[in-house]
Amino acid sequence: MPIGPHHPALKEPVNFRVIADGEKIVRLELDLSYNHRGIEKAAEQRDFIRVLPLLERVCGICSHSHSSAFAKGIEEIMQIEIPPRAQYIRTIIAELERMHSHLLWLGVAAHEIGFNTLFMWTWRDRELVQDTLEEMSGNRVHYGMNEVGGVRCDLTPHQVSTALERLPFLEERIYQYVDMVNAQQTLLLRFKGVGKLTREEVLKYGAVGPTARASGVDYDARRDDPYFVYTEVPWNVVTDTNGDVYGRTCVRIGELRESASIVRYCLENLPEGPVRVNAPKIAPEGEIFSRYEAPRGELAHFIRTNGTNKVERVDIRTPTLANWTSVAMCLVDQNLADIPVIVAAIDPCLSCTSRITLISTPGRKPGIVTFDELRKRGQTYCQEQGPP
Amino acid sequence: MTGLLPGLVYVFLFPGFIFLVMYALFFESLDRKITARMQNRVGPPIVQPFADFIKMLGKEVIDVDGVDRKVFDAAPVVALAAVMTAFLYVPVLGVSPFGFQGDLVLVLYLLTIPTVVLFIMGWLSRNIFSSIGGVRVITQMFIYEVPFFLALLTPALMAGTWSISEIMLWQQQNMWFMILQPIGFIVALIGLQAKLERPPFDIPEAETEIVAGPWTELTGRRLALMHLVKDVSLVTGCALITALFLGGPVLPWAVTPAWLGIIAGFCIFVVKTLALLLVLSSIKVATGRIRIDQLNTIGWKYIASASLLQVAIVLIINYRWVST
Repeated sequence: MPIGPHHPALKEPVNFRVIADGEKIVRLELDLSYNHRGIEKAAEQRDFIRVLPLLERVCGICSHSHSSAFAKGIEEIMQIEIPPRAQYIRTIIAELERMHSHLLWLGVAAHEIGFNTLFMWTWRDRELVQDTLEEMSGNRVHYGMNEVGGVRCDLTPHQVSTALERLPFLEERIYQYVDMVNAQQTLLLRFKGVGKLTREEVLKYGAVGPTARASGVDYDARRDDPYFVYTEVPWNVVTDTNGDVYGRTCVRIGELRESASIVRYCLENLPEGPVRVNAPKIAPEGEIFSRYEAPRGELAHFIRTNGTNKVERVDIRTPTLANWTSVAMCLVDQNLADIPVIVAAIDPCLSCTSRITLISTPGRKPGIVTFDELRKRGQTYCQEQGPP
Repeated sequence: MTGLLPGLVYVFLFPGFIFLVMYALFFESLDRKITARMQNRVGPPIVQPFADFIKMLGKEVIDVDGVDRKVFDAAPVVALAAVMTAFLYVPVLGVSPFGFQGDLVLVLYLLTIPTVVLFIMGWLSRNIFSSIGGVRVITQMFIYEVPFFLALLTPALMAGTWSISEIMLWQQQNMWFMILQPIGFIVALIGLQAKLERPPFDIPEAETEIVAGPWTELTGRRLALMHLVKDVSLVTGCALITALFLGGPVLPWAVTPAWLGIIAGFCIFVVKTLALLLVLSSIKVATGRIRIDQLNTIGWKYIASASLLQVAIVLIINYRWVST
C-alpha cells in the first residue's frame, strides 16, 4: 500500500511503501528526498551575515533553532562572548518557538486520530505565542533575531509586559490540555501502547528529543551541553517511561509547561545592557560541532571554517533524520490505522531531512552522490551532447 | 390519507422528496455549524451544503479505468431511493399514512442498503484506499448492526406492535421509551452514529489513513448523491429514534382542529430531530477516531451486551406487568 508522496495525512512529500498483512504492518520502506533544496551548498557561498537568514529557512517551525545553532558555533570559533541580554533574548525566542512547535504538534497528532476539536483548540492557542513572537521580532515564522555577535533587536519594556500578560492564560490552557490528554478516552485508546520503543531500542537507533525522553532516556542538550542561559534558569528535563505515543505526548505537554516557566523567568530577569557585540567579518580556521535542543530533538550543526568570511562546510543533522530509524522499527507489527499517528509522533520535518539520493534506472538501487561525481556527470553529459 | 393526489403530495412534495432533500441539506449545514462553533471556528454559511450539492451535480464525472460504469452510476441512486423510502414510513406529521404492521423491520433494512452500497462501491473502485475502506465499512456494519437493531426492536417488544406509528401512539398513551428504556436509547444513538460513520466511528473514511475510503473515486454527480444519501440517512435516523424513543411528532393530548395538531406535530418533529442532531454533533466533536479492532472489542463486549440486557429487562417487565 503506497502512502505518499501526495497523501492527505502528509503535509510534506514523503513516500512510504507499507507492506501489510491485512491490517498488520509487516515492513515499511521509506523514500524521503522529494524536496531537496541544496541549502548546505548554498551556505558555503554566503558570508556569515547572509548565511543566517538562509539557515533560518531550513525549517519553518524551528527556524530559530537553526540560526541559533549556527550562530552559537561560529561565535565559539571566533571566540566572542555575546552579552547576557542577548543570551536571554535568544532563550526567550527559543522557548517561545518550542511552545508553538509543541502546540502545533499536539494539534497535528490529534488530527491524525481524527480528533479535530483538540486540533482547532491548540492551533488557536498557538496564535498567542505567534503574536508574542511577532511583537518581539516583527515576524511570525522566520524571526530573524539572531546575528553573529548577538541579536538583531532589543526588547522594549512594553513588549516584555504584554508577553508576561499572555503567559497566565497560556499556562491555564496548557493545564487544560494535560487534563484532556489524561481523560479523553478515544485519545487514550489511540495513543497508549502504540509505537512503543524501549530505552534500549532508543539508544540503539539513536532517537533524540521527546521521542527519546518518552522512553526514559534522560538526555537534553540544554542541560547536558548547556548554551545560552539554561544554566541560570531553573527548569527540569521532562521524561516519561511509557515509551509510546502517549508518553511522547506527556513529554511534550510537560515541556510546554517548562517552556512557559523559562520564558517567564527570562522576561522577569532580563538583564540590562547591550544586545550585540561587533563580530569580526572573518572567522579563523577551525571546526565546531554545535549542538542545540530544537523542539523536535537534538539538532547538530557541524561547521568548518577556513579563515575566510565564508564557511568551508556546514553539515546539518536535523532531529527528524535521527528519528526516522526508530519510526521504521516501531511500525512493524502495528496496525495500519496507526501509521499516521506513529509517524506524526516524532514530529517529522521532511524537507529539512532531504538529502540527495540517486536512483539509477536499471538496478534502481539508491545511493548517495557527492558533488564532485555530480559535476563530472554534468561535464560528461554536456560533452556528449556537444555544443548547442 | 386516502386518494392518489394526497399520496403523491406526501411522497414527492411534503414531507417526502423535496422537503426531505431540503431538510437533509439544512441538517448538514447545521451539523457543520454546530461542530464549527464547538471547535471555536466560524464555520460555513448555512447555504454551503446546498451550493456544494448543486455545484457537484454539474461537475464532470470521472470514470475509473476498468470499472463498471452502470453499477457506479446506479449505486448512489439505489442508496438514495432506499433511505428516502425509509423516511416515508417514519411519522413526521402525526401517524405515517403508509404505515403497516412490520414497517419497523422494513425501515431498518432499507437503512442498511446505503452501507452495503458503500461497500460495493469501495470494492469496485479498483483502488487500494477504497478497497480497504469498503472492507472496513462491512466490518463495521457487522459490529454495530446487531446492537442497533436490538435497541430499536425493544420498543416494539414493549408496545407489542411492529408498526412505528403504533409504537409512537403507545408512547402517547404511556411514557417515552427514552425514560422506560434508557440503555436501549443510548445504544441506539451509538448505533446511529456508527451507521452514519461519524466520529468516533468514521473508521471507513479515515481521512488521514485511507484518503476517503470508499468515497475516494467518487466524483461529480455520484459524490453529490452520496453526500445527499448521508444527509438523508441522518435525518431518517434521527426521525426514527424520535418516533421510537422520544414520543414522535405528537402531543400527549388530543388537539382540535386536526390541522392544528398536524402543524404542532411538525414543529415537535423539527425540535426533537434538531435536539438529537445536537447530541450527535456533540459526540462527533468530543471524540477522536477509534481503530477497527478497538471498535470490535467495544462493540461486541459492551454495546451488544448492553442491548441484550435491555431486551432481557423488557422481557421481564412484559412478563410481570404488561402481559397479564
